[in-house]
Amino acid sequence: MFRIVEAEFTAPEIKRFVIEAPRIARKRRAGQFVIVRLDDKGERIPLTIAGSDPESGTITLIVQGIGKTTKAMNMKEAGDALQDIVGPLGRPSDIKHYGVTVSIGGGVGTAIAYPTAAALKEAGNYVITINGARSREFVILEEEMAAVSDEAYITTDDGSYGFHGLVTDKLQELLDQGRRIDFVLAVGPVPMMKAVADITRPYGIKTMVSLNPIMIDGTGMCGACRVIVGGQVKFACVDGPEFDAHEVDFENLMCRNKAYADEEREALARFLKERRPQPHDSALVVK
Amino acid sequence: MIEKRLTTRERLRIHRHAMPERDPIERRSNFEEVNLGYTPELAIAEAHRCLQCPKPTCEDGCPVNIHIKEFIGRIAEGDFLGAVRKIKEDNILPAVCGRVCPQEIQCEAACVLSKRGEPVAIGHLERFVADYERETGQIEVPAIQPSTGKRIAIVGSGPAGLSCANDLRRWGHEVTVFEALHDLGGVLAYGIPEFRLPKEIVHKELDCLRHMGVKFETDVVIGQTFTVDELLQEEGYDAVFLGVGAGLPWFMGIPGEDLVGVYSANEFLIRVNLMRAYRFPDYDTPMIDLRGKNVAVVGAGNTAMDAARTALRLQAKNTCIIYRRSEEEMPARAEEIKHAKDEGVKFVLLVNPVEFTGDEEGRLKAVKLIRMRLGEPDASGRRRPIPIEGSEFVMELDVAIIAIGSSPNPLIAKTTPDIEVSRKGTIVVDEATMKTSKQGVFAGGDVVSGGATVIRAMGAGRKAARAIHEYVMTDVW
Ligand SMILES: Cc1cc2nc3c(=O)[nH]c(=O)nc-3n(C[C@H](O)[C@H](O)[C@H](O)COP(=O)(O)OP(=O)(O)OC[C@H]3O[C@@H](n4cnc5c(N)ncnc54)[C@H](O)[C@@H]3O)c2cc1C
Ligand SMILES: Cc1cc2nc3c(=O)[nH]c(=O)nc-3n(C[C@H](O)[C@H](O)[C@H](O)COP(=O)(O)OP(=O)(O)OC[C@H]3O[C@@H](n4cnc5c(N)ncnc54)[C@H](O)[C@@H]3O)c2cc1C
Ligand code: SF4
Ligand code: SF4
Ligand code: FES
Repeated sequence: MFRIVEAEFTAPEIKRFVIEAPRIARKRRAGQFVIVRLDDKGERIPLTIAGSDPESGTITLIVQGIGKTTKAMNMKEAGDALQDIVGPLGRPSDIKHYGVTVSIGGGVGTAIAYPTAAALKEAGNYVITINGARSREFVILEEEMAAVSDEAYITTDDGSYGFHGLVTDKLQELLDQGRRIDFVLAVGPVPMMKAVADITRPYGIKTMVSLNPIMIDGTGMCGACRVIVGGQVKFACVDGPEFDAHEVDFENLMCRNKAYADEEREALARFLKERRPQPHDSALVVK
Repeated sequence: MIEKRLTTRERLRIHRHAMPERDPIERRSNFEEVNLGYTPELAIAEAHRCLQCPKPTCEDGCPVNIHIKEFIGRIAEGDFLGAVRKIKEDNILPAVCGRVCPQEIQCEAACVLSKRGEPVAIGHLERFVADYERETGQIEVPAIQPSTGKRIAIVGSGPAGLSCANDLRRWGHEVTVFEALHDLGGVLAYGIPEFRLPKEIVHKELDCLRHMGVKFETDVVIGQTFTVDELLQEEGYDAVFLGVGAGLPWFMGIPGEDLVGVYSANEFLIRVNLMRAYRFPDYDTPMIDLRGKNVAVVGAGNTAMDAARTALRLQAKNTCIIYRRSEEEMPARAEEIKHAKDEGVKFVLLVNPVEFTGDEEGRLKAVKLIRMRLGEPDASGRRRPIPIEGSEFVMELDVAIIAIGSSPNPLIAKTTPDIEVSRKGTIVVDEATMKTSKQGVFAGGDVVSGGATVIRAMGAGRKAARAIHEYVMTDVW
């Protein structure tokens, strides 16, 4: 069992957890994730390690409640425990001195982009961050992102805060201004990552995306997480989760991620009917 | 007991006693065990068929050389616990092996009576006494020798790791088993389905190891959570045994393999066995609803039969095995093939998939197959399948399960470069001691042999245990 030390909502449906997992805290590097199982009947879901403290033996996870398991997880409070956490899984981000780097996070993708942005900063890069959300109240990790950025931008779809537009609009603007960019990491919904890839491709900017296929074991033994990169089949849990954005077959990923859409909807509906009301119910993210 | 000593002639007159099994129509709608097991009367009667040969050739056929003649002799006398004790000298999981060993090519093939077509049912008898011991609550926890103060890390909780742990613990070492998944047992837990190997049996065996003082740590991936070097240095283990199996599933590399509806057998079986997806939404993990669907399994090994029979139980409309050779070359246990047929799995032989096709949402709709003929034998001694040009045809399909084999997961090799690995990805060991190229590290089971059998993995685990014992007690590599 893994004890939750802190749990707080930072935006509607987005909760930050600090969890005791000393071995993982000691070992993990930016870009890696864990697989969590809430209880004996639970499914195994991958979550990026947003931060860790080897001293206190804790890791930080940031979870967006979008379906049954993530919503159930977001009902956990400090003092509760999770049945299983295994990790750190996946390959760490390739951190080095690129020059000018742009880390783009869309929605909860910001939680995944953040640790890598911090590591890029540490490696001496000039770090630009673009942190996108639907509207002001959905912005997460604003201060944390700002702290590791040389330039930090917030974008909102509705213009309620920061730049009015999508993260890709902001990226395009920087490029139009003739800014030099050596490396881009984009994490968010698949269409967003695809759009970033399309923007940077003509400029030949090295661009990485962190893919979110469906996973089970996370160790390379089931092949559920297979993605097509450069025409080849890769297992995202061991070969990734970060891949060269210009090589990824995003269409295939989108199809595969919809494999259980009906079952997920059914599970969520059942779950919502049975559980007690939650503070952020009004802001339910319905996909 | 009930019978006087029989003469050889009398023994030869007794026909082999069939394993009582549940009706094929009834059993294919649920996951209950198909084989019901012998009754004590049947077991004794079958044991009386054994000629108690002066030179029991059967024992040469068993990869761990179980004292078959002796244990069967004890069954004939009604001494079931004595029989199981005899078996356990060489095999700690008789309830498992009695069920899953390919007896027809091992012990039973080597029984003198097999020449007459009806070998003694060694597997059924082994299963019977192990079940008797468990069901009557008489599992003996072996004595543990005084502590040696040595600590050994076992990586992987499959049959290789468990048998290695068992011996080392008995000899007084402190043993910790690390398992990447949340459940223990390796293939016994996530691969072989309930209807062939009830999980209860695996759990009882694990309990026994726990009683002996073996420690289990799930959710630890060696190569990620710790490297092998960290186990030996920071974590202070005196030796490491790698029993991590061959869990990396192969795909065919043909177009359309990434459509929704194409599963690796591992994924399919993990969803069903480990995650209980067939009980969705009571359990959270979903799977494609197979009710009324056309399902094809590619391959003809045990894994393929398990996948096909599982699909039937999930109410698929049609389930077939697609295999590129003929029935004769099918690698699965004879009993699995028979059971699959009885239950209604269809066999489409001498064909090979060339392409999967789907709809605009990326869901599998059909497979294009090509007919094959058999040519000369290849390296494996089986006749090589050759495609017949122009013989392609299309089969409608909702779900395809790829069960064409697997190889070891490269995770450990990648993070421990001084462990020598073959071109096929298997760990290279000294066959006599199971020592790897790295001091203090031993390996055995599927990770060394490639996909093999439970009993071979256990044999390798025990061989390694002896060498590990010697190494940690003498410090001589
Ligand atoms: C490497 C990786 C890192 C991730 N990091 C984070 C993170 O830090 N924070 C966060 O909030 N989310 C993260 N995710 C996504 C998260 O795993 C899914 O949101 C979660 O599994 C959804 O489960 P659910 O039951 O709540 O929703 P469901 O209703 O089951 O599914 C909703 C969506 O999640 C996807 N999904 C479903 N099951 C799985 C699964 N077992 N594995 C992966 N995706 C699945 C589906 O494609 C679907 O689109 C990450 C995913 C991956 C692959
Ligand atoms: C579906 C199926 C049916 C089969 N049917 C039969 C049969 O009827 N008869 C028969 O004799 N054989 C059968 N086999 C083969 C048999 O199960 C294997 O040969 C045997 O289980 C191998 O044992 P093992 O201990 O080497 O590995 P496994 O049983 O594969 O166990 C390895 C364990 O190590 C864990 N692991 C892997 N990597 C790591 C890591 N880095 N860190 C920590 N843990 C790790 C895995 O999660 C797994 O639990 C079948 C196999 C399958 C897949
Ligand atoms: S372990 Fe397997 S091969 Fe050996 S005697 Fe038992 S059933 Fe036969
Ligand atoms: S070879 Fe057959 S008959 Fe002879 S001892 Fe073995 S099981 Fe009995
Ligand atoms: S999640 Fe199973 S192989 Fe990647």
